[in-house]
Amino acid sequence: MAQSNEGWGSRVGLILAMAGNAVGLGNFLRFPVQAIQNGGGAFIIPYFVSFLLMGIPLLWVEWAMGRFGGIRGNHSTPFILSSMSKKRLWKYVGVFGIFTNLGILAYYTYIESWTLTYTLKSLAQSFTGMSRGQVSAMFDSYAGVHGTMTDALVNINVPGWAIVAFLVTLVLNIWILSKGLSGGVEKVAKIAMPLLIVFGVFLAIRAVTLGSTGIAGCSTCNSSAGLDFLWKPKLNSLSNPKVWLAAAGQIFFTLSVGMGTIHCYAAYVKKNDDIALNAMSAGWMNEFVEIVLGASIVIPIAVGYMGLDWVKDNAGFMMAFKTMPFLFNQWGAVLATLSGVAWFGLLFFAGITSSLAMGTPFMGFVEDEFGWGRIKSAVILGVIILVLALPTIFFFEMGVFSEYDYWTGTVSLVIFASAEIILFSWVFGMDKGWKEITRGSDIRVPDFYKFIIKWVTPVFILTIFFTSLVKPLHGEMSDWQLAFHQLFTRGSWPWANDSIIAQALHLNQKWIWFKTGHPTVMFYKDMSRLLLTLTFVGLAVLVHIAAKKRRKTAKITKL
Amino acid sequence: MNTETLIFMVAVQSVVTIITIYLFVKVLKAPGGSGDNGEEK
Repeated sequence: MAQSNEGWGSRVGLILAMAGNAVGLGNFLRFPVQAIQNGGGAFIIPYFVSFLLMGIPLLWVEWAMGRFGGIRGNHSTPFILSSMSKKRLWKYVGVFGIFTNLGILAYYTYIESWTLTYTLKSLAQSFTGMSRGQVSAMFDSYAGVHGTMTDALVNINVPGWAIVAFLVTLVLNIWILSKGLSGGVEKVAKIAMPLLIVFGVFLAIRAVTLGSTGIAGCSTCNSSAGLDFLWKPKLNSLSNPKVWLAAAGQIFFTLSVGMGTIHCYAAYVKKNDDIALNAMSAGWMNEFVEIVLGASIVIPIAVGYMGLDWVKDNAGFMMAFKTMPFLFNQWGAVLATLSGVAWFGLLFFAGITSSLAMGTPFMGFVEDEFGWGRIKSAVILGVIILVLALPTIFFFEMGVFSEYDYWTGTVSLVIFASAEIILFSWVFGMDKGWKEITRGSDIRVPDFYKFIIKWVTPVFILTIFFTSLVKPLHGEMSDWQLAFHQLFTRGSWPWANDSIIAQALHLNQKWIWFKTGHPTVMFYKDMSRLLLTLTFVGLAVLVHIAAKKRRKTAKITKL
Repeated sequence: MNTETLIFMVAVQSVVTIITIYLFVKVLKAPGGSGDNGEEK
């Protein structure tokens, strides 16, 4: 194991980097869409409960695990987990903490490159005078997409400029990572996070004060109608498991827990430095960006011009690129340009601070275990990301992109978080764990969190995992009752298409790889699963080799 | 916009903003807050 000379330059830098890790595209695009799709204000209460009972405990646990591993020379999850238990299995569980990041980076860097391109397009006023259809067609042409996912071979995407932008974004990430934590990641966070907040505040003020746009024949074309729908509290949502699942899922994504990035960043914190206040500060900064800024931009602006019904039916990730530039156009050339640069600029900053964090666990692992230098580690990381990313670009509409997102960006997080909370609370032990969380703390951590971390958080996460695994069709409370009734009377289960088991086994679908001699969407999906599995196995083999190397070194040292 | 909803929104967003600022200021005032991370506690 090589000695690491990495470290954070300042405490503020660490917190901004950690907050940047958490603040991502999802704060501005996923959160408002999830809220809209789950009953608007109905979503906020389960979201906050999940934050208090699962989000904050996981932040403390991951920071504590990271610092615990880091002071023993481990800066990536396989050996951080391994340092907390004598069982060999844990280092292989820790593989998730590198694998997840590689998988997500592959498609996330591609989206990040769209935001970079669209910032430049906004600056060049490329959207001026365009209709909504033209803005939408421009994106389709840029990303080479056809708008539908079919088995037809014509859907293979070769978007020239999008690939160039992706390569530029990837090289930029690799270059920053090669500069190290204090020389690269921290410097970027110190510039990107304040700018992101300034851009966000500017857009939020514009959106909230938009009011009625007076579009003929549209009675709900008023930004207040969007805010009203998003924030109207509905207490009956508390009995709906679907809303709880969506809210808890959003907390996972938004805080970047269950990924391994927090462990890795925290592994460079010194033995007696605070982690409790740092974790809270970074976590709440993310909540500010999500709840105050994220909830106040896309939905009010979109409802202001398109109406509430349109937004309810069409709210989604692509709205950022296919609709927002057209909506900004309604504000006149100067404000449209400023808003476009602010919007795509903040998305780019949100993206790059997260992608840099996702690159760090792999670098920490190979630097520790194989003694590679920063530049070599960063370049190899870049090559791996390129290999993993190209299928998501070329076969974007063949389901490869969504497969990566589902398995690495959704399922892996829950699996890893379930494992780490059990390791921390039950295997490592809550007494030792509590000491780790509170050592050097600059705030008093409420004692009842000891109980929450030991009992409530594991039950919470395992419930999410179990319900995601076997989710019945539609997932409402009545659907669960019907599902159990069907199980006991007919011996079958009405799987929801997005339940983990239905996805894994392609239930509710015909398993066909070739149709009229051409590979189907299912073929591409299965091939992307194979590629992801090989990536996981490859990382597990590297961890095995590293562990063997460690044992050999330990024997020699004893002699 | 419904008054009840407006109050709820302003209350939630204010609480989140105040907590965020409070924690960040606390970090700045704590040891190693605004300066280098050189000295260990």
